[in-house]
Amino acid sequence: MIGYIDKIREISLKLLNEEKVDMVIGYRKGSLPMMTEPCFVKRPEDVETLIWDSNCRINLAAYLMDRKEKIGIVAKGCDSRNIINHLVENKIKREQLVIIGAPCKGMIDKKAVALQFGQDIDEYQETEDQITVKGGGTEKTFQKVDVLQENCAICNHRNPVVYDELAGDLVEEQTDIDRYEDIRKIEAMDIDEKWNFFEDMLSPCIRCYACRNACPLCYCPTCFVDESKPQWVGKSNDPNDTRTFHFLRAFHCAGRCTDCGACERACPMDIPVRLLTKKLGKDCLDIYGWEAGLDPEQRPPLDTFKPDDPNVGIK
Amino acid sequence: MKVIQIDTNQWTEGLAKLEGSYRMFGPAETEGKYPEFKELEKGDVPNLNVPNTHLSAKSVVYPQSEVMFEYTLDEAKEDHHQLREIEKDYSPRAVFGIRPCDAAANLIIKRNFDSKEYRDPYWVDSFESCVFIGHACENPGATCFCTSVGFGPFNEDGLDLLLVESGNGGFLAKVITDKGAVLAKSAGWETETDAAALEPLKEQAEAKIRSKVNTDQLVKQDAKELFDAPFWEDIGFACLNCGTCTYSCPTCWCFDIQDEVKDKSGIRMRNWDSCMYPLFTLEGSGHNPRPEKHHRIRQRFMHKLKYYVDKYQAGVQCVGCGRCVRLCPVNIDIRTVCEKMNSYKPA
Repeated sequence: MIGYIDKIREISLKLLNEEKVDMVIGYRKGSLPMMTEPCFVKRPEDVETLIWDSNCRINLAAYLMDRKEKIGIVAKGCDSRNIINHLVENKIKREQLVIIGAPCKGMIDKKAVALQFGQDIDEYQETEDQITVKGGGTEKTFQKVDVLQENCAICNHRNPVVYDELAGDLVEEQTDIDRYEDIRKIEAMDIDEKWNFFEDMLSPCIRCYACRNACPLCYCPTCFVDESKPQWVGKSNDPNDTRTFHFLRAFHCAGRCTDCGACERACPMDIPVRLLTKKLGKDCLDIYGWEAGLDPEQRPPLDTFKPDDPNVGIK
Repeated sequence: MKVIQIDTNQWTEGLAKLEGSYRMFGPAETEGKYPEFKELEKGDVPNLNVPNTHLSAKSVVYPQSEVMFEYTLDEAKEDHHQLREIEKDYSPRAVFGIRPCDAAANLIIKRNFDSKEYRDPYWVDSFESCVFIGHACENPGATCFCTSVGFGPFNEDGLDLLLVESGNGGFLAKVITDKGAVLAKSAGWETETDAAALEPLKEQAEAKIRSKVNTDQLVKQDAKELFDAPFWEDIGFACLNCGTCTYSCPTCWCFDIQDEVKDKSGIRMRNWDSCMYPLFTLEGSGHNPRPEKHHRIRQRFMHKLKYYVDKYQAGVQCVGCGRCVRLCPVNIDIRTVCEKMNSYKPA
């Protein structure tokens, strides 16, 4: 993945010079080590600000909704699946987009690295398979595969599903992975255990809505938590309201979530909110054989009706 | 003011003594979660082994949600549809382990909640009930920039006592106010020591702060020119408009008032609000004066780094704790924005 940046810049320069797009959406260097910032580039001379490394975690599809320009966009496997969701849900038109596919071997879990390193990280470097962090007069090298974000470690769609250009060769897809070990553990709990588990899991929530806002699926003009007539959800940090927000949001994502992990990455309190959306993803797979964001011609199972629908959800 | 030596035994015994006369607050750790400021259970001691709490100590004085009134809609009751004040506990609180940045932030909030024109009773009464026992930062973090905004790792603004670690679990405590002196006496911490011991520690800690930001030109900048500066769309592009920066900020003071009614009884509460949310400025007519996200992020930075600066002539509305820098999911960095605003030259 290391070599992608030259190619991303080259493609972006060409697209802007030839006026095939008005802007390219990508990542630029962050002010902190192990961080990048989503950005747009409109002038050919600015393509040098674009970067690519294993810290390009944010899902760029979240920056596309309802834009009117012609856009070049850097897309990992998950970003490309969310672009397909947008196409299906009419949030953007295919002809507006030039998708610069970035076959992905997974993004680094910054918090896991920080925890294992045990002190402030001042410098970060990466090679094809390793990362090295420095700080406080010491350094540590990690194999990337050991510190991948959990959703990346179990990803089965690393290559962009749809693309017009490629920033690098397609990578091998992971096949021998168990995506739902954690979900099965929760499914096996009795009702009280589940209640306690979720209550504990959601207890640090500060209702900042970073999970919702980072999510490419959450584009409702007015979210149900912001409705005032009627007001469905209270605004305080009462646990009932917090639960209602998280559970309802997860259901709104059923059959649409690509497990890109943007929600968890954005959460300032490290709440594993993916556990909710993953369970619904698992149900969609088990019941309908459905994975979101793979086919622009197919609507998600929960907004279609078929006479042979298994109806498992309403039994 | 004097400096007191507190050894480990005196520390533990002192905390136990104080439990009788103060509600105790401090950083507390729950398994698997970040340490945060909480009211401590009897017998629990504040955890001073944490670098700085994940969220600020703002919530001790100013909780995220606070009920102000209750009422009944039951017309059979004589006082139906009348607001009744909720009884509050403003008995003395001892707030242990607050870092100098968070303590200084309370004084910034005080300018808003305790002015000549207005006195917010909930915030002021709560603030005045507290004795703040600060914890000097001998090892400031990589994103700390308190020395750039007029404070520092041993800063005393907003503190009554300042604890400096002296090894083996003991502390040197600088007594800053009479409130602090009273608390130290009730705890039995009375062994005076040489105040000169603190100065080199302070200098060492300040030297460890590597992050610097320039704020000197902000006051001279023209507010309208900054408002119209071309960089806001670029800064705002990545912004998710979540409330992480505002909720983790020790100096963000905005709130929203809400009524909640169940059957016939209701409460009126206030909750932290965030200028990052579209709802923050949505008017009853449906008009929103800040419709786009770059309008909202501009508001946050203009408020902290220009409007506040002009209004109070007391520096920026930021204590350099670095929380928004660390927690922003898309790495929008107030230090970078501040430099842009500070060095801006209109075309």
